[in-house]
Amino acid sequence: MNKFVRHDGLVAPLNRSNVDTDLIIPKQFLKSIKRTGFGPNLFDELRYLDEGFPGQDASNRPKNPEFVLNQPRYEDASILLTRSNFGCGSSREHAPWALEDFGFRVIIAPSFADIFFNNAFKNGLLLITLSEAQVESLMKQVEATPGYRLDIDLAEQVIHCPDGTTLAFEVDSFRKYCLENGLDDIGLTLQQADAIKQFETTYRQNNPWLFRAPVA
Amino acid sequence: MAGRTLYDKLWDSHLVQQRDDGTSLIYIDRQLLHEVTSPQAFEGLRLAGRRPWRLDSNLATPDHNVPTTLKERSVGIGGIEDEVSRIQVQTLDDNCRSFDIEQFSINDERQGIVHVVGPEQGATLPGMTVVCGDSHTATHGAFGALAHGIGTSEVEHVLATQCLIQRKMKNLLIQVDGELGERITAKDIVLAVIARIGTAGGTGYAIEFAGSAIRGLSMEGRMTICNMAIEAGARVGLVGVDQTTIDYVARRPFAPTEEQWEQAVAAWQDLVSDRDAVFDKVVTLDASEIEPQVSWGTSPEMVTGINGQVPDPASISDEPRRRGIERALEYMGLHGGQNIKDIHLDRVFIGSCTNSRIEDLRAAAEVVRGHHVSSSIKQAMVVPGSGLVKRMAEREGLDTIFKQAGFEWREPGCSMCLAMNADKLGAGEHCASTSNRNFEGRQGYGGRTHLVSPAMAAAAAIAGHFVDIREWSFNPERETA
Repeated sequence: MNKFVRHDGLVAPLNRSNVDTDLIIPKQFLKSIKRTGFGPNLFDELRYLDEGFPGQDASNRPKNPEFVLNQPRYEDASILLTRSNFGCGSSREHAPWALEDFGFRVIIAPSFADIFFNNAFKNGLLLITLSEAQVESLMKQVEATPGYRLDIDLAEQVIHCPDGTTLAFEVDSFRKYCLENGLDDIGLTLQQADAIKQFETTYRQNNPWLFRAPVA
Repeated sequence: MAGRTLYDKLWDSHLVQQRDDGTSLIYIDRQLLHEVTSPQAFEGLRLAGRRPWRLDSNLATPDHNVPTTLKERSVGIGGIEDEVSRIQVQTLDDNCRSFDIEQFSINDERQGIVHVVGPEQGATLPGMTVVCGDSHTATHGAFGALAHGIGTSEVEHVLATQCLIQRKMKNLLIQVDGELGERITAKDIVLAVIARIGTAGGTGYAIEFAGSAIRGLSMEGRMTICNMAIEAGARVGLVGVDQTTIDYVARRPFAPTEEQWEQAVAAWQDLVSDRDAVFDKVVTLDASEIEPQVSWGTSPEMVTGINGQVPDPASISDEPRRRGIERALEYMGLHGGQNIKDIHLDRVFIGSCTNSRIEDLRAAAEVVRGHHVSSSIKQAMVVPGSGLVKRMAEREGLDTIFKQAGFEWREPGCSMCLAMNADKLGAGEHCASTSNRNFEGRQGYGGRTHLVSPAMAAAAAIAGHFVDIREWSFNPERETA
């Protein structure tokens, strides 16, 4: 996992709420057995005018000029600003894989769906929750200002806006630690292997029926 | 000390370690695996040189991506025509073999949708923690089990450590009291709940469904309700254990027997919320007011009763909400004020982890008996949730009823719920579907989904449009041969 310390990047606005993970990465691309290569199909049904399928060369497909990420001013965006309940629906981790592969490092919204929220942090994406009013104000500024960038400081938990103001944000300390150090949490959990074994021994004594083979 | 909720009890009994930062390690009893969200997890294990912590807690079956036609299924994995899908199903097979994980492979009669197979096998038991790389894992909460949908990194984490890193959620009680109207099902209850609290109404909560209307449901019905907790934003849906739960579990292959059964049943008595338990939020619904539900939009909260109309965006003052409804109506090809009963339908799908169990198929067959699918419907299909559900339905003659009426009778899998395989809607087509999500493109590129109960979907197939199931003319049972 990539480390995340501080990130200065171009902001793209996706001005809709309840963006579900089917919309982030449609099902046909979930047939892949890899973790990479989903970027060209991020928001596939919004980005292209035709139906996409796995393995195709996306560079020749007709693009939807209306879609925000196809507009030249948002090329190279690495911060996505969007509305409430982003990432709802399916638990597919292909959604954060696609966002990360496309080049996003940060997503800002008033709220996120629970499973997506977890999945994103495990892939080095920083998800920032701001109030509806703060998102509304940023949305207006981004849309009005070509080249609008934000400088995000994870250590200090602040966003530096171009007008010199700052916005503070909350982040869970465990997730912050993992992001700052690019840590794989399996390794961290396995440091507690003795505690898990100890729990398991007692648990097994109390619930023996949970540790048995099925009757054929 | 205040009493504990069922969620509190399940949490406490699986708590391995609580950390200073507010996260906890939770012990996992059962992991269900399928072909779509597991390959990268197995690959991760392999790259790190790790082995699964506890083999016997894992159970795998391919479901999302398997074809449902007999032609492709009859020769096993090699018969899957789509090469990318075939590789994925083969990869699950290879991984289960090399890691020594039990799998119900493609043509095993026990194969099916993970959330049908787990309970059917007794692999889901009361008091367990259950995870699966699929958001509809909430289904298993119907057994008083703490069941979470997880991502692929978490699948790998559970394989390697038998634990999940979690933060404790808040408790939401959804109390549904009163008598359900005739022909009103679990699906109608849960759609009405989502319409009430919204698709983010349960975010951050574990939902417990309680009340006389929930108690009166079969296990199949309770599974339908918990299944869609995620559509209200909650990772976890729960129903307390009672005699209905215990009767369902008894004598299933993975269920305990003899002395251990007695021991387990005694322990399961405590799997209910204490009378003085405190919930962070309580929502109450009157069961008698719930009508047959139909979704009209592109989010599961966009639902109304069968006698209702598509909302008129012009009448909505909240701007983001109005914009959302306008966008949904444009995608769905509907206009404000349109009667639900006037929506033209093209296809009908009866299946999915929400509604593909035997009770669902019986309810649909009862409606279909003696009728024929409308000539305006291009395709009506029934996809049983597992090979065992299929066999049971065939023994009861349900397949004959469906086939005589013009339905296709398919092999088990997720099928058109998410359209990863060949079963999908064409652009612009409207589908009456017993599945769980009406998102844009969910059932096929440009496809338009209307979520309904199995009986409502069956009636819509016969009529060619939605009808009020309470006014249906049922044909008496008779010989179907």
